[in-house]
Amino acid sequence: MSGGSRTPVGVPRRSGVAAPRHLSADTRARALEVIALYPQPRSAMIPLCHLAQEEDGWLTPEAMADIAGLLDVTPAEVLGTASFYDMLHTEPVGTHVVSVCTNVACLLNGAAELLEHAESSLGVNAGGTTADGSITLEESECLADCDRAPCVQVNHRFVGAQTPVSFDRLVADLRAGARTQDIPGHGTLVRVRRTTGLQADPVTVAGERAAMAEAQAGRAAAAEAAKTASDGVGGQPS
Amino acid sequence: MTVTDAPRIVTSRLGHTDSHTLERYLATGGYGGLRKALAMTPEAVAHEVDTASLLGRGGAGFPAGRKWAMLRKSPVTYLVINGDESEPATFKDHLLLERDPHQLLEGVLIAAYALQVTQVFIYIRGEFALGLERVQAALNDAYAAGAVGGDIFGSGFSVDVVVHPGAGAYICGEETALLESLEGKRGFPRIKPPFFPAAIGLYGAPTVVNNVETMSNLPWIVVNGGAAFAALGEGRSTGTRLFALAGHVNNPGVFELEMVKTTFADLIHAPVLGGGIPHGRALKAFIPGGVSAPWFGPDQIDLPLGQDEVAEAGSMLGSGSVVVMDDHTCVVRASWRITRFFARESCGQCTPCREGSGWLEKIMRRIESGHGREADLDLLLDACDNIAPGLGWPPQQTTICVLGPSIPSSIASAIEMFRDEFLVHIKEGGCPYD
Repeated sequence: MSGGSRTPVGVPRRSGVAAPRHLSADTRARALEVIALYPQPRSAMIPLCHLAQEEDGWLTPEAMADIAGLLDVTPAEVLGTASFYDMLHTEPVGTHVVSVCTNVACLLNGAAELLEHAESSLGVNAGGTTADGSITLEESECLADCDRAPCVQVNHRFVGAQTPVSFDRLVADLRAGARTQDIPGHGTLVRVRRTTGLQADPVTVAGERAAMAEAQAGRAAAAEAAKTASDGVGGQPS
Repeated sequence: MTVTDAPRIVTSRLGHTDSHTLERYLATGGYGGLRKALAMTPEAVAHEVDTASLLGRGGAGFPAGRKWAMLRKSPVTYLVINGDESEPATFKDHLLLERDPHQLLEGVLIAAYALQVTQVFIYIRGEFALGLERVQAALNDAYAAGAVGGDIFGSGFSVDVVVHPGAGAYICGEETALLESLEGKRGFPRIKPPFFPAAIGLYGAPTVVNNVETMSNLPWIVVNGGAAFAALGEGRSTGTRLFALAGHVNNPGVFELEMVKTTFADLIHAPVLGGGIPHGRALKAFIPGGVSAPWFGPDQIDLPLGQDEVAEAGSMLGSGSVVVMDDHTCVVRASWRITRFFARESCGQCTPCREGSGWLEKIMRRIESGHGREADLDLLLDACDNIAPGLGWPPQQTTICVLGPSIPSSIASAIEMFRDEFLVHIKEGGCPYD
């Protein structure tokens, strides 16, 4: 056994202390503002992942380590959460993520044919990124724009029903940078930010929390009493 | 033609191109409901909602007033709004979020006052980038206007609202999965009991979870009274409701219709609504309430759009989305695609759902691509039976949440209604519609 400096088994390796600073100062400042909105920091996990994607385009291991430090969880917990969600990319994606819905309402309106066309005209299968790094093509589930089918989103902005011809024009526009006005980069709430902090009276909130704790304690006591009572009559063998 | 002259309750502003702005909202009576509510007692506001007998518009159709009443015994700590609309072919909340965010906010604030909650979270599907921006901008404006924050409109009541983005997971529309997601975790549904949000919700505290459309009805109800709302519709299905119509129709879209008074036939064929089926084709089948619902055939088209009426006929009004399939539709392909959706979106906690959806998807794909066997039909139904024993409606549950039992609906319907078509795929070794 080499003595080394491994963290002892069983002790969580919190990343907060030595986290490499990858995210920009601005992103970190915004992250702290977001965390302040929640009673528990971990609730800011998804918003922070979106912020990191806004900066990097995808969720890099360095960004996940930073997020872990900000939320006082391990990087594995960030990856474990992020990997559950379709919009959080743990591998690099193109400048534009083009999502083609093929769910039932779009399927009935030619979505499978559109996706086939997209794959052949872009030269990548769904899930792949073009060699120039500009487009990642995704086959997506219902995007809730079913009256404009087949539905397509670019960086989660709706671009309306597409035909093979209009799709090619869309791709050309994206590559030429002609759609930057209505289709910003990756991230959520890229163009609008929250302008105010929380304002509810802290005393009220504290009172509410106390009442909640009291109710929980009451329930626990009642459960304990019930358990004791049933122990008394012998019920289940222990 | 039975489109009634009922007032438009949640879509009244949509004719304006600036319907999402505070200026338009205030010019059309906006925040009048909130001001009126703040002058009433919280109990009186809750009573109006109870009187309206507003059924939740998320899919389960649970009365909002009763949901609130369950909370009156314990201190409600959080109000969470479910804007994670992901049920395939459902796109009504998308419309409300983008086009009338202040109406949603006003409803949310009324609900918060009635429940005396000081902290609200609005969980919005991550793919709604514009919807998220519109609601956040509306919230910024509402703070500036004194409608939200500390001591709103000088009433002494304070409430904060946080807009929270999702990140792409159908299951997060299930209320307990949504709460897990809001706590910064994977969207795994919690088992009920004990994790009913009303008892153990967000951060373990009592929580009310309500849908976007449900909330958007509240300003009108407070202004006009619960009785006026209850006077619309029939029986348990009161008021108006948004119906999202998609698939093979000339004029797909979201329509606000008085409950029960309109039929599926009206919705699909009326010139001012769906406008009929394109190319003069005939109706083959339709899905009455989201892809979790069993399908209906042409003989059920005269059913009224009411919660109980559809339930009695063996399906559900669910999320209010109607998908129309014409007689050129391959039902094997359509039900395979729906099954693939569930297989992709199963969270993986429960074996019947996780494994069953994968089995079903593979067998369906095999049939559609011409490699099916005759025994596959029984195998499909057997696998379905393992997920929802008996294949009845409403389905029996073998899983933590209702995603699993929703999987068999489309397959069981398609086999029951179009068994011959499955057999043609198998015998001819391919899809006859290709």
